[in-house]
Amino acid sequence: MNNISAAAIPAEKDNSRTKAIFSSKVQSALLGGAVWLAAGITLLSLLSIIIYILYKGIPNLSLDLFAPEYTTENMSLFPALINTVTMTLVSLLIAVPLGVFSAIYLVEYAKRGNKLVTIVGITTETLSGIPSIVYGLFGYLLFVAQLKWGYCMMAGALTLSIMILPLIMRTTEEALRSVPDSYREGSFGLGAGKLRTVFTVVLPSAVPGILAGVILAIGRIAGETAALIFTAGTVAQIPGNLMGSGRTLAIHLYALWNEGLAAEQSYATAVILLIIVVLINMLSSFIAKKISK
Amino acid sequence: MNNFKEKAMHIVFAVSACISILAVVLICVFLFANGIPAIAEIGAGNFLGGKVWKPSNDTYGIFPMIIGSLYVTAGAIIIGVPIGILTAVFMARFCPKGIYKIVKPAIELLAGIPSVVYGFFGLMVIVPLIKQLFGGSGTSMLAASIVLGIMILPTIIGVSESAIRAVPESYYEGSLGLGASHERSVFFAVLPAAKSGILAGVILGIGRAVGETMAVVMVAGNQAVLPEKLTQGVRTMTANIVLEMGYAADLHREALIATAVVLFVFILLINLTFSVIKRKTSNV
Repeated sequence: MNNISAAAIPAEKDNSRTKAIFSSKVQSALLGGAVWLAAGITLLSLLSIIIYILYKGIPNLSLDLFAPEYTTENMSLFPALINTVTMTLVSLLIAVPLGVFSAIYLVEYAKRGNKLVTIVGITTETLSGIPSIVYGLFGYLLFVAQLKWGYCMMAGALTLSIMILPLIMRTTEEALRSVPDSYREGSFGLGAGKLRTVFTVVLPSAVPGILAGVILAIGRIAGETAALIFTAGTVAQIPGNLMGSGRTLAIHLYALWNEGLAAEQSYATAVILLIIVVLINMLSSFIAKKISK
Repeated sequence: MNNFKEKAMHIVFAVSACISILAVVLICVFLFANGIPAIAEIGAGNFLGGKVWKPSNDTYGIFPMIIGSLYVTAGAIIIGVPIGILTAVFMARFCPKGIYKIVKPAIELLAGIPSVVYGFFGLMVIVPLIKQLFGGSGTSMLAASIVLGIMILPTIIGVSESAIRAVPESYYEGSLGLGASHERSVFFAVLPAAKSGILAGVILGIGRAVGETMAVVMVAGNQAVLPEKLTQGVRTMTANIVLEMGYAADLHREALIATAVVLFVFILLINLTFSVIKRKTSNV
């Protein structure tokens, strides 16, 4: 009796075990397959966007597109290109010092448990979540309507600099925090003051990190549309000064769609925009790699 | 002299730090001061619950736009979340090192592509495809959901990947030690432990989708009516603002700003949920 059951049970067990092993193998294979498939879909979407834009855009590139004037016969994207550069420079000129200075305050000056640090943390988190159209509307209400500047590059640049401020603050904060304390102590030990230590010792060693953030910000500025339509406006010329309206490349692409014409120029604009963004991204990851080394 | 310089710069740094607070306050003040009176004039019920948006008749109901935003976001979540989480699992646990070096920058690039370019791609590729498959004009809720689903991928992948990586190695090893396969260990031991981090990523993605403007305007069709089918056009709150702000005046203009107020409140709630969940994760 004992012998029989002892012989029967293992056989039965084996059977259910092989079944369990089999189904767990199937499950593992399915899970593994799903993971690879998802990664494939992600990459495929990126590749199809890039290849499509390049394939359609490159044949449409011509020297005419870079003519210095925009006319209805020749919708040159040159003014938009120059405006994009101007917009980027002015926005950075405002946001980078502000962002770096605030990060210096938060990391180097503020004491532990300082209330201001908590509040600034919450507000920067809020700022980084606000959609660009809300920034655009705010810029319109404050600069264009309230201050009566009208649509102008300056209104656009100020709006964008608020938009990229949290990004610059966060990357600078991280860069400053990663500077070892021994640097500061060494500088203090040599008799340098706080300010001197920050500017000659801490900040220089944080430059690559700050730069990576700045480059990311350039990418956002170059691609921004919604925040600029109602602040910088859509005039397709290079304005004489910052108080004039001018469209950037991204707005140019939107305006071409909005006016419902010029497929070739749209393709060409999209490809230039994409190339700029890809270059900026490569530069930023190159710098990030250098830091991690 | 030196002491004075130290003090002065200390103040300069502190003032700069306050700029972000000032910016948030200004944004709130300007939006609410310009938007709330319009909501009061139209009536909160008529504004939020009204199904007709007809500025020419002074009828401003943004219910179709609120629903439009919700539908399109839900569509983006259905498409983007499974692909995003699985890709994050791939990145953290399955990807061979050589491939990782290519895939990681590729996903960062996906985040860097401007939204107009997404919109343009959607208009030229996805919209004609939908037109061919389902008829109609092609500019539709479905097109907007697909474009947004791709756009939120990098957000979800980035946050989820770091959440999965933050799970202690012992979870995975313990599961392997009990005889589970690599796949089962990752999915049934590691992934549940990363749950709240992944949820934070999804919520961040929802915020992106609700706030996205240009890509949606170009592919969604923008009819200000309640959609009945996936292949029908839809207008989101963001699209409503962009489409009409250029020529709106008086109450119409204020109603658009009020739309932004509603959008802003949505975003604040989403962000609040995000930071609550994030704080919870970092405490554990």
